[in-house]
Amino acid sequence: MADASANGAFVEFERVQKSYDGETLVVKDLNLSMPKGEFLTMLGPSGSGKTTCLMMLAGFETATHGDIRLDGTSINNIPPHKRGIGMVFQNYALFPHMTIAENLAFPLEVRKIGKAKREEKVKRALDMVEMGDFGGRRPAQLSGGQQQRVALARALVFEPELVLMDEPLGALDKQLREKMQFEITDLAHRLGITTVYVTHDQTEALTMSDRVAVFDDGRIQQLAPPDQLYEEPENSFVAQFIGENNTLEGTIKEIKGGLALVQLDDGGLIDCKPINVSEIGQRTRVSIRPERVEFNPARLSDDAHTLKAEVLEFIYMGDIFRTRLRVAGNNDFIVKTRNAPGQVRLKPGEQVEIGWLPEDCRALDAA
Amino acid sequence: MSDLKSTGPQTMDAPTPEDALHEAKALNAEDHRDASGRLVTADGRSLKSSLNRALRLQKARAMMLIAPLLIFVLVTFIAPIASMLFRSVENEIVANTLPLTTDRLESWDATQGELPPEAVFQDLFFDLFLAAEAKEHTKLGTRLNYESTGVSSLFRQSGRRLDDIGEAYQDPLEDLNEAWKEGAVWFELMSGQGQTSDGVVTNQIDRFNKLTSSNLRGDIGFAPSEEIAALLPKTTRAYTAWAVFTVFEDEDVVAAEDPWEAVYAALALDLQSPGAADRIAAYDGPQAELLQEAAANLEILPEADFTAAFLDIDEDWGDINRWETFQVYSPKYTDGYFLNSVDLQKTPDGFEARPENERIYITLFQRTIFMSLVITGSCILLGYPVAWILANLPTRTANLLMILVLLPFWTSLLVRTSAWKVMLQQQGVINDVLVWLGLVGDGSRLVMINNQFGTIVAMTHILLPFMILPMYSVMQTIQPSYLRAAKSLGATNWTAFWRVYFPQSVPGIGAGSILVFILSIGYYITPEIVGGTKGVFISNRIAYHISSSLNWGLAAALGTILFVVVLVLYWAYDKIVGIDNVKLG
Amino acid sequence: MKRTKLLLATSVLTAVGGISFAASHSEMEACEDCANDMTLVSWGGAYQASQTKAYAEPYMEMFPEVSVAWDESSAEAVAKLRAMNEAGNVTWDLVDVVASDAIRLCDEGLAMEIDPDEDLAAAPDGTSAEDDFGDLLVSDCFIPQIVYSTTFGYRTDLVPDGVEPPSDICSVFDLETYPGKRSLEKRPINNMEWALLCDGVAKEDVYDVLETDEGQEQALAKLDTIKDQVVWWSAGADTPQLLADGEVFMGSTYNGRLFSVIEEQDQPVAMMWDAQVFDLDGWIIPEGLPEDRLNRVKHFVKFATDTQRLADQAKYISYGPARESSAPLVGQHAELGIEMGPHMPTDPANATNTFLYNYEWWADYRDDIDAKFQAWLAQ
Repeated sequence: MADASANGAFVEFERVQKSYDGETLVVKDLNLSMPKGEFLTMLGPSGSGKTTCLMMLAGFETATHGDIRLDGTSINNIPPHKRGIGMVFQNYALFPHMTIAENLAFPLEVRKIGKAKREEKVKRALDMVEMGDFGGRRPAQLSGGQQQRVALARALVFEPELVLMDEPLGALDKQLREKMQFEITDLAHRLGITTVYVTHDQTEALTMSDRVAVFDDGRIQQLAPPDQLYEEPENSFVAQFIGENNTLEGTIKEIKGGLALVQLDDGGLIDCKPINVSEIGQRTRVSIRPERVEFNPARLSDDAHTLKAEVLEFIYMGDIFRTRLRVAGNNDFIVKTRNAPGQVRLKPGEQVEIGWLPEDCRALDAA
Repeated sequence: MSDLKSTGPQTMDAPTPEDALHEAKALNAEDHRDASGRLVTADGRSLKSSLNRALRLQKARAMMLIAPLLIFVLVTFIAPIASMLFRSVENEIVANTLPLTTDRLESWDATQGELPPEAVFQDLFFDLFLAAEAKEHTKLGTRLNYESTGVSSLFRQSGRRLDDIGEAYQDPLEDLNEAWKEGAVWFELMSGQGQTSDGVVTNQIDRFNKLTSSNLRGDIGFAPSEEIAALLPKTTRAYTAWAVFTVFEDEDVVAAEDPWEAVYAALALDLQSPGAADRIAAYDGPQAELLQEAAANLEILPEADFTAAFLDIDEDWGDINRWETFQVYSPKYTDGYFLNSVDLQKTPDGFEARPENERIYITLFQRTIFMSLVITGSCILLGYPVAWILANLPTRTANLLMILVLLPFWTSLLVRTSAWKVMLQQQGVINDVLVWLGLVGDGSRLVMINNQFGTIVAMTHILLPFMILPMYSVMQTIQPSYLRAAKSLGATNWTAFWRVYFPQSVPGIGAGSILVFILSIGYYITPEIVGGTKGVFISNRIAYHISSSLNWGLAAALGTILFVVVLVLYWAYDKIVGIDNVKLG
Repeated sequence: MKRTKLLLATSVLTAVGGISFAASHSEMEACEDCANDMTLVSWGGAYQASQTKAYAEPYMEMFPEVSVAWDESSAEAVAKLRAMNEAGNVTWDLVDVVASDAIRLCDEGLAMEIDPDEDLAAAPDGTSAEDDFGDLLVSDCFIPQIVYSTTFGYRTDLVPDGVEPPSDICSVFDLETYPGKRSLEKRPINNMEWALLCDGVAKEDVYDVLETDEGQEQALAKLDTIKDQVVWWSAGADTPQLLADGEVFMGSTYNGRLFSVIEEQDQPVAMMWDAQVFDLDGWIIPEGLPEDRLNRVKHFVKFATDTQRLADQAKYISYGPARESSAPLVGQHAELGIEMGPHMPTDPANATNTFLYNYEWWADYRDDIDAKFQAWLAQ
């Protein structure tokens, strides 16, 4: 490989576009750059282009336009088997006619690595995923979680610098999935591998990644670390897609001192932080996280705007209370409160007043 | 952060109420035990027998459901195969048609180089006489003709002239006393007096049934007395045989009919037997005088020499080889057909190879297997890429192309085969094109039909769908991610195909190969039309023996061998590749 | 000693034309206690069509209540009758078979014996049926219909320049004068005889020679000389097709098939009548028919084999009628309007050199020689 590019990026997408039929773009002007050792997740609904990006990186699809670089070298014209990228597939793609050991030895064999060395590496890889005793079995004799580990070991056994994972945990049950999430991140960080991980499960994305790229409509909507993504969504798609979210529709009345005054459609006024709105009179969608809503106006500043709300439903969930309200014509306004001593338990039909800190309320595009 | 996901599947790890219920029941049952400590049900029956009863009932119900299919399979599949296997060894016709002769022949030693004794010829006369009357002797002739050419015409001609032998005894007796012409007199004489000998009648009815493959029973309105049976044993036997035939075959009344010539011959033999005159003189039953008169005038009857009589009909009866054949093929079961099927023949000394210019079946078996393998191989070569393309195309296109693959099924086999004739013959389409292109001279047109090439081409075409279909259905299940995985692991396209894709498609190849091979090994229409002489299969010979030569025993033996060959190959396939590795879909 | 019964077909149809009978037939009496359905078994094709036109249609015109079903199974008649007999359910009423099959069926008790004078119609001049059919009654069960022959046809356009068209059976074996492929039937019958005839064996000695191993070797050795140039046929339609396609120069088949290729399809093919082999074709009645069906069949057969009906059949196909009394009545082809007489195998001009096929001999030796013949083919 040539020397790394100037900005230290290991994987780079530059103005990449992809179209299958010559009419619509599946990937629109994608730019992405990853440093070495990063764990990056591509998150998005199906059809958002994330898997296509992965396949272009792996070499199974070619970019219609643009450049994909690995360690500073364009790999557009390098066939997949010469890219040296490890890959874990959604259905594991373990070769059913080979034993586990043979599966692991396969990438070493095609690289013409000697038998002794091969066996040693296979053993080490299997031990790494705690599957040392299973070398002689066939994939069909293993459970889903075991197969997943083997697939991981196989993708790592030839020591690639970049590993791609295409929804690898999709077929596992919840407990196993959580366990594997941890194991994969742990392994990736321990070995210092650069990882591109594709999923449509936001929990997985948030728990595992250094950075998450949220895909929609062929574009990256936001590329940020998990906390930033949750707390500071840059547009209403991300706000909606990541975590639970309350939205209220309205119009910008004024923008002053980093705060925007929004008049809701039923006439109520609230203070928000303008994110991607700038003009007076612009339609906006206001986003408030359920746990940032306050029932007790005493905790807010004096001049804070409040809204009247009616309790529709109260759900006891153990650690939290979940209250559904009607606010400004929205019947699905959710509020989560901690089950703390003295916390009020509202009853359906009660009238309450709610408010929030202006910085917790984000005025986003109305799209 | 888990509360971020407001919805999602919840796993239920806690015991469910149903679990508790099961446990409670188990505890309950454990409470009931009989004296020996076995579990019993609430009403005291052993739990095991109770369970068996419940299962039996279920099984019986299940059996009733599949019974129609089971019976169908038994009747239409198992039974014909079993009957075919049986036909290849069955040889009862010899013993059924010539029961006395085959019995007596057992003690004859062919290696002495002498003809069988006179007694054998006498038995042959009575056997053959009855068989000829029942028109069964030609069937036996045809059967033995398979083993020894000329028996067929020998039996046919002899059958026509047996009457002459009998008449030599009938005429003098009738000249001596007109009463011998009377059926009623005969009936009175043979019925005798006192205890009747029913065993003789039963024996003759059995014999008649075996001879004519029928199953008739009942009273024939005649039974000889024990006295007369002891006095005139041969006559009693011949007369009873005639009586049975008269009643069952001609549907006449015994007392009203005149016996046939063989009875007179039998009487003559009885009269001429040593000591007969004294016993007859002492007899006092009905028509004793008539009998005594005949015994007193023995000189009018010609000396019994059936050997000479048969030799007079056809000198072939003096050929020891013929008699050897009869002896070798007397048992009820024979391996003769199987020996024929492998170009061997049976002799009194054991087996020996047939003359070189009659050996044909081993060659045909070898050729059948070889060509079936070539056809299977070419089906694999042609079918694999097609199946691969079909499996990798979008479903819509694949379905459309699949119709093209299946299209040949919709046209008659004969039409397809004849089309190949038009294509391949010397004045055919392919040769015309080659000549037109100048690749082949007009005088040296290629011979592509009426040889093995023609058979292989036409059969490959006809059987190709049977290869493509299982391959396609197996390849469809091979996900593209396997190939991608292989490539991402560093395999070139070829390595990925050969090490990863191909092994997974082997079950399809296996299933297709078994189908194609088994189908082609039993094909005969196509080879018959385009195979000429060198391109025909063993099945063509089977068809020939079934419908032309009518040697069904040989056809059955060939069929059985073919069946066994298929089983052996199947077994070998199982050993080498593993039958689990066969997927039809 | 083997008594051989030779087919003396030449005694029939030696003259065509001449005396003509008043072709009227007396109205047949209605059939009493008769079934109305009949299943007739024949060979299909033009031959069956000629039977339909000459026998079945006129009969059904007289007796409209009768319906006739045809089954084209004559080629497998012996095997199928055997199977029906074993199953105890004979579904056929009247079966068209060649003489050798009739003999076989009769011997096995699968065909019913008939009394020619009682069951068949006498000739118009009063000659009894037995005398009218004469030697052609080769079996007690056989009711002859036609005399046909197996002979050769050749492509007139493929005869080499400056060479006489073939007129001798031995031109089949003469590859130098008449190059090109030949089609022969894929069985030893006829081929072995022709081979011996052309290998210097006298006509009357052929079967005596063929009876010996050396004779069989000799015949096969002669056939060996043309083996590479032979296309073997098994269906009667093969040779006409091969001739029409120009695939073969000459080939053997039934004379009626060649007639159709030459006269009806107008192909450049000509007959070579030399050493044609006569054979017979006729009806047998299966053994074991129920009373009413038997009555109907006997009634039909009496009509279908009378002098006029046999002569009528010759209007549709060039096979000679089996009754001596039918010969003078043979007229013109029903559609082409040509005289059928000269196309009959029995016409004196065609029958200058005929070969007499010996059924009984073949009945005895067929299996034996067939094994050798097939082995030879396979080598």
